[in-house]
Amino acid sequence: MKNRSLVSITDFTKEEYLRILELAQHFERNPIQKILEGYVVATLFFEPSTRTRLSFESAVNRLGGKVIGFSDASVSSTSKGESLADTIRTVSNYSDLIVMRHPIEGSARWASEVASVPIINAGDGANQHPTQCLLDLYTILQTQGTLDNLHVAFVGDLKYGRTVHSNVIALTHFNTTFHLVSPEELKLPSSVKMHIKEKQLEYYQYTDIQEVINKVDILYMTRIQRERFSDPMEYERVKNSYILTNSMLAGAKNNLRILHPLPRVNEIAYDVDANPKAYYFQQALNGVYVRQALIASILGLV
Amino acid sequence: MSNEGRKELIVSAIENGTVIDHIPTHAVLQVMRILNLEQSPHQVLFGVNLESKKYGRKGIIKVRDKFFDSIEINKIALVAPTATLIEIRDFEVVSKKNVEIPDTVEGFVKCFNPRCITNHEEVPTRFMVVDKENLKLLCHYCEKITKKENIVFL
Ligand SMILES: [Zn+2]
Repeated sequence: MKNRSLVSITDFTKEEYLRILELAQHFERNPIQKILEGYVVATLFFEPSTRTRLSFESAVNRLGGKVIGFSDASVSSTSKGESLADTIRTVSNYSDLIVMRHPIEGSARWASEVASVPIINAGDGANQHPTQCLLDLYTILQTQGTLDNLHVAFVGDLKYGRTVHSNVIALTHFNTTFHLVSPEELKLPSSVKMHIKEKQLEYYQYTDIQEVINKVDILYMTRIQRERFSDPMEYERVKNSYILTNSMLAGAKNNLRILHPLPRVNEIAYDVDANPKAYYFQQALNGVYVRQALIASILGLV
Repeated sequence: MSNEGRKELIVSAIENGTVIDHIPTHAVLQVMRILNLEQSPHQVLFGVNLESKKYGRKGIIKVRDKFFDSIEINKIALVAPTATLIEIRDFEVVSKKNVEIPDTVEGFVKCFNPRCITNHEEVPTRFMVVDKENLKLLCHYCEKITKKENIVFL
């Protein structure tokens, strides 16, 4: 993986992902290792995402590296009209690796073609966010002891949720059975289902979350946004049927864990937080280990 | 060679070069643009609304002293899938072949996604043709599909 960019979840092979997850376990056991001393990592956030940026910066700091960059396009030269390509070429001179988030789709791929250093995509609009996917895989492995042969439910906005798309594509390597729960209007796009079909895996579609809770190992919740509906009345009608409450979990399997990319709005009731099956806060912490593993591999330090 | 073909070749025969025949009549100017013929140093003759036994009306383009490579010519398959490419040397037809939809399309189709980087900065567009039958182009950058009915040429 040395000197390679990670833009899209399909850029790396299954073996390469497993290698990152294995390394992440190593960083979870020993998070503080000064292997990045003397290295500079740039974090270029053309749109704000405090959670993701802090996770990357924490990863770099724990490895002993230095961070440069900006957290908002208004403070960068982009606000003076500089092209993305020029910004990336300039920052390539100052850093060994660039982590970028940008609202425009495909911006990270383009950046990886003009940069002289590797790029890690930390989100390009509605397109890709591969490190979220990696940390989700890590969390599934951590909670289930395996990635193979699991029953995984995705709940909420499956049409526009990029996290769901990347996770589904990544999980097709592991003989997953997919349970897809969404309003009629927000079903998983056929371009993503194509990946499931190619591997001849099973998937089931539902509109009622209660139908899947007792049969799955992972319940992956996502937010449903009002603006995704062409008919606002339809949103009003369905919004409360995709909220998970503690009482709904009474008959769930012991090994079930609930994940969510965060931030949540109301799709997981607060009374779920105390349930040992709730795992979304630990999931966020795993982001640091996975990013440490990824950065160290790309820089060729492990 | 049919009589029809021979008659046209006589009308404006070229000694050496390429004839692109059976172009849908509305697509002739697009083909000219895709192949950048107006900027080329070669003599170009073209006709639209010509009679065709097979297609009713057709267009034709003749380029003197120019032989296209297959990558170049396959570009026009997107707008003129029925086109035939005829190479002429010393007034004789030396080869005749149909155009084929290419595996990749670079630089002359606009990405349909308004939020794509190629529509925001000067980035040459690039697509993988993921479905040749229904013409679906997967953008190398935003990873969205541009369908046949949404194709716009740059
Ligand atoms: Zn695009």
